[in-house]
Amino acid sequence: MKLRLTSDAMRLLIPALSMTVLLAAVFWLQPRAMSYFGLNLLLNLAVPIALATIAQMLVMAVNDLDLSIGAFVSFVACVTATFLRDAPLIGTLILAGAVGVYALIGVVIYLRNLPSIVVTLGMSFVWAGLAVLMLPAPGGQAPDWVRWLMTVKPPLMPMAIVASIVIAIVAHLIVMRSSLGVLIRGVGGNQRSVERAGWSIIAARAAAYGLAGLFAVAAGIALVGLTTSADANIALRYTLLSIAGVILGGGEFTGGRVSPIGAVIGALTLTLAGSFLSFLRISPDWQIGAQGAILIIVLALRLVFNRVEKRGARP
Amino acid sequence: MISFGRLAKKPWIWSWIAAFVVWFATIMVTGGASTLGLSQAALTFAAFSIIVGIGQMFVITLGPGNIDLSVPATMTLAGTVALKLMNVDNSMVVPGLLVAVLIGVAVGVGNYALIKALRIPPIIATLSMSFIVQSAAIWTNRGLRIKPPAVLADFTTSSTLGVPNVALVALGLSLIAWVLLEKSVYGRWISAIGQSMAAARMAGIPVDGARFVTYLFCAVLASVAGYLLACFSGGAALNMGAEYLLMSIAVVVIGGTAVAGGDSNVPGIWGASLFMFLVVSMLNTYGIGAGIRLIMTGLIIISVIMLAGGRRTGMR
Repeated sequence: MKLRLTSDAMRLLIPALSMTVLLAAVFWLQPRAMSYFGLNLLLNLAVPIALATIAQMLVMAVNDLDLSIGAFVSFVACVTATFLRDAPLIGTLILAGAVGVYALIGVVIYLRNLPSIVVTLGMSFVWAGLAVLMLPAPGGQAPDWVRWLMTVKPPLMPMAIVASIVIAIVAHLIVMRSSLGVLIRGVGGNQRSVERAGWSIIAARAAAYGLAGLFAVAAGIALVGLTTSADANIALRYTLLSIAGVILGGGEFTGGRVSPIGAVIGALTLTLAGSFLSFLRISPDWQIGAQGAILIIVLALRLVFNRVEKRGARP
Repeated sequence: MISFGRLAKKPWIWSWIAAFVVWFATIMVTGGASTLGLSQAALTFAAFSIIVGIGQMFVITLGPGNIDLSVPATMTLAGTVALKLMNVDNSMVVPGLLVAVLIGVAVGVGNYALIKALRIPPIIATLSMSFIVQSAAIWTNRGLRIKPPAVLADFTTSSTLGVPNVALVALGLSLIAWVLLEKSVYGRWISAIGQSMAAARMAGIPVDGARFVTYLFCAVLASVAGYLLACFSGGAALNMGAEYLLMSIAVVVIGGTAVAGGDSNVPGIWGASLFMFLVVSMLNTYGIGAGIRLIMTGLIIISVIMLAGGRRTGMR
């Protein structure tokens, strides 16, 4: 038991370390960022990315991959900026239906034994089409309560940090502490043995995908709260960012080995990387590239770390 | 009807049937007036997806988790740099192509170095690589739009004997790919690796070498496609590769290649690429808006995979 706890903690060490180093570098370059206001500005946009990363992580926990998250978050953003403001009941129903569709996709992928990459790829076209139908041009307006939620100024810590901590705790409780979370990760680890133990794989997969849909809906709403209006392409890059976030946070593609706290840290790290580079006055041309480089460096660190750990484990 | 029965068992036949049905449905609406134009346009636009799709197919053959996400960035960088080097000079056509291929080689080497040295899953390795390549493309492009040399612009937009030249290039590359896949020992190797990497290694197959060559091949094909596309569309644009990420994966899967790896075919890529273009032009002909068109495209991809899928377990 003690050993397992440490290996889980080890898994979090590198993501936490890389975020700390990056944050320190940002503070060193721009001491003014070390304030309530500065931190909020730095990490604001991380909140929707963190939520999308948790959604991706839930899908990756059952050994699948969701290529439709970016399009889906854009779709939710469009619903939020139009229906959820003008007709809250219809808006809520649409979003609930969308979560239902997500759960359904999870079941269909399992029942027909389909490759998740392709099915979610197809769904990304569907979500993008629905978003274009709703908002052919950028527009809409965030509902007041969403706007309030994202701009509220709690005492002590800026909203971005409070939100990240809340997201991490909620996701941790669901994925690591609840029996449903154990079941979902079990499906990722060894589907057959979970099935033989009498659990319903269909229910577990529907739950994983449904929860992912729920987190992605939250991501879309949070995003609109920050940007105040929506656009059908607003979050397309979230697909790749969310995958990178999960991996940065110590998650793995197979085997149900995921870490919700790590995923949130991964999302924060990716956001910080962008700010860090603009403080370095690196040309914006290289910003995306530097995110790639940071991804590579962190993964290289993990490799070195794992080797040291293995050597240490051997007597 | 023995031959038909054998034909129906081929995994690629469905994409061809689907493409033909859509083609027929489109020309029926226009009363057959646009038959030639539609067919030529379909061959031209499908050619780019075919070239990219073949590379992606080789990578997917390697087994679960193998996928190259750096394709769009490679296309953009190759197109941008090649056009910049050629600088509207007809005599620089061959050096331009060589530079494009070199960029493909560099990206391929980089991709596999990351996969092997850092033991990163290929998706993340190619994703990180694509970030860097995309940045390099933005840096070289600088919003300038350099026209392709006249010779190349003519070549990519005209036809020989009624067949678009780019389709002929795609045909040539497809033949090479087919020979590699079906007739060479390398093709047997990558199929074996896709079915079981451990077994392939025990059978003495040079797994690392074969995988390395495959990622190299995919990146080079992507850069050739970028070179041609930039010349065809009259200049390189930063987002010109964007749609080919999803497209390259979609045509491979619709073409009947097993997503779990180890079972691929070249003809399916043709059927699927034609099908994907024809669906869009059919919906355009019917006067359907962009939103509905996207939704229909998505639903069609899902229906095709549901009809054709479920052949194999353990895929992602």
